[in-house]
Amino acid sequence: MIAFLKKFEGLWLFVHSPSAIVAAMVATLIILGAIFASWIALVNPYDLASFSLFDGLLPPVWQDGANPKYLLGTDDQGRDMISAILYGARLSLIIGLSALTIAAVIGVGLGLAAGYYGGRFDAVVMRIADVQLALPAILTALLIDGIARGILPAAIQQDLRVAVLTLAIALSLWVNFARTARATTFVQMNKEYVQAAIMMGQRPSRVMFVHILPNILGPLLVIMTVDLASAILLEATLSFLGIGLPADSPSLGTLIRIGMQFLLSGEWWILWIPTLFLIALVVSINILGDFLRDIFNPRLR
Amino acid sequence: MLTIKDLTVKFPSRFGDFSAIEGVDMTIKPGEIHGLVGESGAGKSTVGAAVIGLLQAPGYVTKGILTLGDTDLRELTPAQAHEVRGDRISMIFQDPQTSLNPLMTIEDQLVETIQAHSDASKTAARRRAVDLLEDIGIQNASQRIKAYPHQFSGGMRQRVVIALAICTDPEVIIADEPTTALDVAVQSQVLDLIQQLAKERQIAFMLITHDIGVIAQVADRVTVMRKGRVVETGATAQVLGAPKHPYTRALMDAVPPLDRKIDRFRVPAVDDTAVMQGDTAERWLLEGQQHCLTGLTLENLTVTFAGPRTSLFRKPSPYVALEDVTLTIRPGSIMGLVGESGSGKSTLAKAITGLVTPTYGAMILGDTVLPFGASRSRHHPSRQLVQMVFQDPYSSLNPRHRIGDILTEPLWFYGFVKDPAERVSLAASMLSLVGMQPDAITKYPHQFSGGQRQRIAVARALLARPRFLICDEPTSALDVSIQAEILNLLKELQARFGLTILFISHNLAVVRQMADDTAVLLNGKIEEVNTTEAVYESPQAEYTKLLLAQTPVMPKSWRQ
Repeated sequence: MIAFLKKFEGLWLFVHSPSAIVAAMVATLIILGAIFASWIALVNPYDLASFSLFDGLLPPVWQDGANPKYLLGTDDQGRDMISAILYGARLSLIIGLSALTIAAVIGVGLGLAAGYYGGRFDAVVMRIADVQLALPAILTALLIDGIARGILPAAIQQDLRVAVLTLAIALSLWVNFARTARATTFVQMNKEYVQAAIMMGQRPSRVMFVHILPNILGPLLVIMTVDLASAILLEATLSFLGIGLPADSPSLGTLIRIGMQFLLSGEWWILWIPTLFLIALVVSINILGDFLRDIFNPRLR
Repeated sequence: MLTIKDLTVKFPSRFGDFSAIEGVDMTIKPGEIHGLVGESGAGKSTVGAAVIGLLQAPGYVTKGILTLGDTDLRELTPAQAHEVRGDRISMIFQDPQTSLNPLMTIEDQLVETIQAHSDASKTAARRRAVDLLEDIGIQNASQRIKAYPHQFSGGMRQRVVIALAICTDPEVIIADEPTTALDVAVQSQVLDLIQQLAKERQIAFMLITHDIGVIAQVADRVTVMRKGRVVETGATAQVLGAPKHPYTRALMDAVPPLDRKIDRFRVPAVDDTAVMQGDTAERWLLEGQQHCLTGLTLENLTVTFAGPRTSLFRKPSPYVALEDVTLTIRPGSIMGLVGESGSGKSTLAKAITGLVTPTYGAMILGDTVLPFGASRSRHHPSRQLVQMVFQDPYSSLNPRHRIGDILTEPLWFYGFVKDPAERVSLAASMLSLVGMQPDAITKYPHQFSGGQRQRIAVARALLARPRFLICDEPTSALDVSIQAEILNLLKELQARFGLTILFISHNLAVVRQMADDTAVLLNGKIEEVNTTEAVYESPQAEYTKLLLAQTPVMPKSWRQ
């Protein structure tokens, strides 16, 4: 076992990093909980018939007047907090991951091509990226959301909320991928294996995706983890501002927004429990991202 | 007097303690230049770092004696060690680009160092700095001292580094590859300076290098190291001229001489991998157009690049990398191309392969004119006929691809072999042809040493069935013994398959061993082209004479 660990440097560093282990455990727990939400959760928060207003505003079990059925209490609608959080996390993760995938595909594609072709194409792509970067991510997302509201017929707007939100987040995150992909591609372009491939007369797409891409995956993976946390946060922020998901299909951000109303009314758990949950998720993903960065950057070892 | 006895340095790692050097003995008297040679990984630099107390953590000295005069260097507290460093022991690093602070003037750096080790006032320190620079041969020192490092040439910069090292009047200077990054002309100046300092100031030098020629030229005594142990030590003429230890003898056999051509280097057979087999690959190569030899003619080839932009509104003035290069490489011959860094050697290779677009001129391969740069289509036959072996075997193979993928790529790309299984077996056979085990096919490049990787790179080039091979400094990243093996391999392959080779190198001795004809390049212009014999024995151009005179070699009289 030890010999096996020593062979794989990354694993060896992992078992020697307590923060990475804890972060991985927390993240795994949350992700598993989100995946299996429909089996674990007591009630389905999307189904109005599955909970009752009579159970509303029950505190967590360790406080007086709690119902042991609801471990972390209920909100004003009578929704079980644990169920709401698990479903909310599922929605947040789905939006975050799909936004991340779209951002990665756009960003890595453009960044690779910019690094490979250089010159005018590079200049145009990178100036677009600069403009994008000058706008705060939330503003970009708000803009796209506003445009979508303007041009989409009202009937399908509700159905497309998730898609619009995902696209809005993706478009504010692609720049990170494009910049990193471009910079690392530049480095690889000077490597002789790339020159050898070009010299042979291989197609540019083959040089980019078969030769260069595998060699720049390391830093891109690091960005992916860190950006996953940003994507989840961005989704939460947008939902908190009320332009994300409606209250009847709550994501983590929506739950926090609902909880805000109870900030000073004594029912603290409605706000704090989803908030702490979001913090735990984002911090653990960030720690994992940092750890990945250490693995891929030998100079920091 | 620096005394090292039974010095052992260990590096703890998760695979257990690793001894970088073991039981090293050495004494260096004042005024003596003591050469320390060995191949990469021999532990030369570790000896120097242990003496000056700058071992990379977590390395530590486990046992042995380290004394300078009466001072026991191992007993010093960190504060005392800091005092000794710079004051009594100095260091000269390999790369003058990085060992000077680019944001400080030369003056500030010298004054800072002088004041750190004495109570001199700022004016006194400045006066001393100017004197020092004049001593080591920088003219107009009082004005030039105000300059920043980037305003100095490479050789000047290394002089400044030396001035920094001697400004505290040290007893010992450790010079770790001080001339490796320099061109021959600059190298010979720096070596002269080191010799002069040793004689005049009675400074003891520990000269760490992999270059036997450098040792032969300046060192009084020499210590040969291998795998962390001393193999042989003694007066330079004796160790290099009449080596006792078999390793030293093998090392000397692998050093290419400048004054004669040897057919094949004597290389000790380490194991049976060095035997060239691979009948399938050989037959396959001979099936190609191996009977027709292909030469290359360059006519007035000129390459210009955009120079630095001086104004936002003006076009940058062009920088001429190659000027009117006319060169005929005879079919089936090896053309050597020598020149200093920046002379345009690699640009020439890139122009031939289409990576760089010439401004005018013509390139004729066999009887076809090669289109320039981007206008050469991806399917142009020259893409297959011309292949290249690169300088750096660490970057010329894609680190994420298996050797099998790297080697079979040319086979399917040029459409030579349709059947995947056949491609793999041909690649394996080619590996044995270049002296590697065929099972390398499933491994990744990082699992091989530099020499092995260069063999793989040669195999890849051959799998394209080339008629014209460009070798751009193929051995400059390798140790001499490995270099000898690769040169033997190239010679063997050239003889068997009638390749035409353009062999580019900054090392005159290596080119002498390889080339039938030699061209000397200076600032993008050809200074001299002739048969190798003529270029080396009766050089016509002044520059060639200078290059030959400045290349450090072992005196003939030393040879047994």
